[in-house]
Amino acid sequence: MRRMLLEGLFRRPVTEGTPAVNDAEVDALAERLGVSAKTRLGRSLSIREVDAGSCNGCELEIHALNNSYYDVERFGLRFVASPRHADVLMVTGPVTANMREGLERTYAATPAPKWVVAVGDCGAGCGVFGKSYAVIGAVSDVIPVDLVIPGCPPEPIDMLKGLIGLIEASARG
Amino acid sequence: MSTLRTALLNTALTIEEQRPWPRITVDVDTWRQATLAIAAGNATLSGLWAEPGAVHMALLDDEDGALMVLTLATPDGRFPSVGLTHPPAQRFERAIVDLYGFVADGMPDDRLWLDHDRWGVRAPLGSAAFVPADGSAYAFLKAEGPPLHQIAVGPVHAGIIEPGHFRFSANGEIIVRLEERLGYVHKGIEGLLTDTTLEAAAKVVARVSGDSTVAYSLAFARAAEAALGVGVPQRAIWLRALMTELERLANHLGDIGAICNDAAFALMLAHCGMLREEVLRAAKAAFGHRLMMDRIVPGGVTADLHDSGAIKALTAYIRQRFPRLVELYDNTASLQNRTVSTGRLSAGLARRFGAGGPIGRASGRAFDARKAPGYPPYGDLDFKMAVRDAGDVDARIWVRIDEVYESLELIEQIVDRLPPGPIAYPLAPALRERRVPQAGGLANEPRDGATEGLALIESFRGDVLVWLRTDETGRVLRGTVRDPSAFQWPLLEAAIEGNIVADFPLCNKSFNCSYSGHDL
Repeated sequence: MRRMLLEGLFRRPVTEGTPAVNDAEVDALAERLGVSAKTRLGRSLSIREVDAGSCNGCELEIHALNNSYYDVERFGLRFVASPRHADVLMVTGPVTANMREGLERTYAATPAPKWVVAVGDCGAGCGVFGKSYAVIGAVSDVIPVDLVIPGCPPEPIDMLKGLIGLIEASARG
Repeated sequence: MSTLRTALLNTALTIEEQRPWPRITVDVDTWRQATLAIAAGNATLSGLWAEPGAVHMALLDDEDGALMVLTLATPDGRFPSVGLTHPPAQRFERAIVDLYGFVADGMPDDRLWLDHDRWGVRAPLGSAAFVPADGSAYAFLKAEGPPLHQIAVGPVHAGIIEPGHFRFSANGEIIVRLEERLGYVHKGIEGLLTDTTLEAAAKVVARVSGDSTVAYSLAFARAAEAALGVGVPQRAIWLRALMTELERLANHLGDIGAICNDAAFALMLAHCGMLREEVLRAAKAAFGHRLMMDRIVPGGVTADLHDSGAIKALTAYIRQRFPRLVELYDNTASLQNRTVSTGRLSAGLARRFGAGGPIGRASGRAFDARKAPGYPPYGDLDFKMAVRDAGDVDARIWVRIDEVYESLELIEQIVDRLPPGPIAYPLAPALRERRVPQAGGLANEPRDGATEGLALIESFRGDVLVWLRTDETGRVLRGTVRDPSAFQWPLLEAAIEGNIVADFPLCNKSFNCSYSGHDL
């Protein structure tokens, strides 16, 4: 173990550089968010992930945000265990009928100001599942959505861009 | 089981057009005898599903991997319960009752399972009668006595994981009963596989459980090819195996790190996470998608490997880094203290439930669908089945470690011996022309009318079963999938008994069952 720790000290980090975020997109996002959260939150956001019906593909890639390559915490982004501690809900999946209440209650338990990011094609619009007896619809059919990150699943770098945009926008707001 | 198969074939009312294993219709007596035979351990239950008017039961021979499907007509909507004598069938039966409105006579547990009273309909794939969607309380099994207390967890968990509810009854720190309540991510997949196109069905099946998307696409493709009698080029067969092994490698690396992390040993997660990321990046470079979703389709694959350099560099890198991590795991006493003898699953239960994948193999069930029934190109490849006997968290980690090395071995063999040629045969002409145009690969054997196909594929989690019924134009009339988790989830309840609450995440991660694959 000592060798690995030493190596870790002297080796070049594997972490990706900061992905470029389009300035106009951030402005548009800031306008959409429309709340002055800067004084409350600064440049840090706590994220609660909610799987509302996903196939687990999006979760795998959200997990990857925590690995050394994307290292999401260096941007002040942190995944938290409770909605009570969260500023942002990252929601995946077509919202199933069986998860609807779970999602609504998680949203209600999150203190304002709060934002919702719908992750993946299913969160954005049901993906290949479509509405059915078991599926209510996209995330925005159940709770208000501020940002959509499409993809099946979206790659970690795309999610990182979206989340950094959210931080920038909230700091400008 | 071969004598059982013969006996069942002799009592068959009809033998249906299903490839490559037979499906027979039976009468109630034979159905009952079959349930007694699986309860006695003469065969393994591999699937139990329904359609309007019939129930189907897939039996697996652990020795040679041969399957047989038994069908019982249910004109009055009733069938004799399988779960009455064979507990692994109970949740399947409850799901059938919820979805189709059948009655399973003698069923020991008649609580709703997938139906949480949220759909607005009862028996959505049967009568679909309207009911209010106001939710209902679930009657958890009782564990009573003065020192016992309950801990309710979920459906929204603390980590980045799928939703499900766990109800613990604990005596101080000791768990005396765990009961799972699942079904939260039920998306109606059987409904989506009814009367649809092959393309649409393939996309749905690829998303039954995102971590096994390659294995599911392969199982779907093989079931469709068996039903339709369409061929696959040799190169596609080998590329499919390459993708399946990359998927297994990525998931096992992720799991080994995540299990250790749940024992508060974050260093393993950090390093295994890096290796996993390298696998996903190599998959993206080789096949254009990190999880290789929708790359395997009936008739072949959609992406060719143009440069094997990235894959070769990947295996060399993992071979350099991984042994140090294994050494670290093996030599860290505080970590071993958490994993050794924790969450023990007995060999008897593993066999009875037909536990697939690393869970079964860590409890001595030497079954791997790549070996038996086997499917190409694994017969031409050299690899060992990893089996351990201890049945604890440690054994489940070691099976995964051994399988990482075996997958590296397989990937290197495949890349070295990848045959040239096309990567897919066009499906439409094969269906239209009804002849056998291919040299090499699997030959076309066109079928007429409605035909059925069955496939059993080894995902990183265990054997995935896909069954399809198609018409001669390639349209999917009906289909079902069975995830290995369906048999593994109940075993987690057994393995956790007598452990401390703080070891639950560790045990749960060492099982790593799929919620989405179970809930469907």
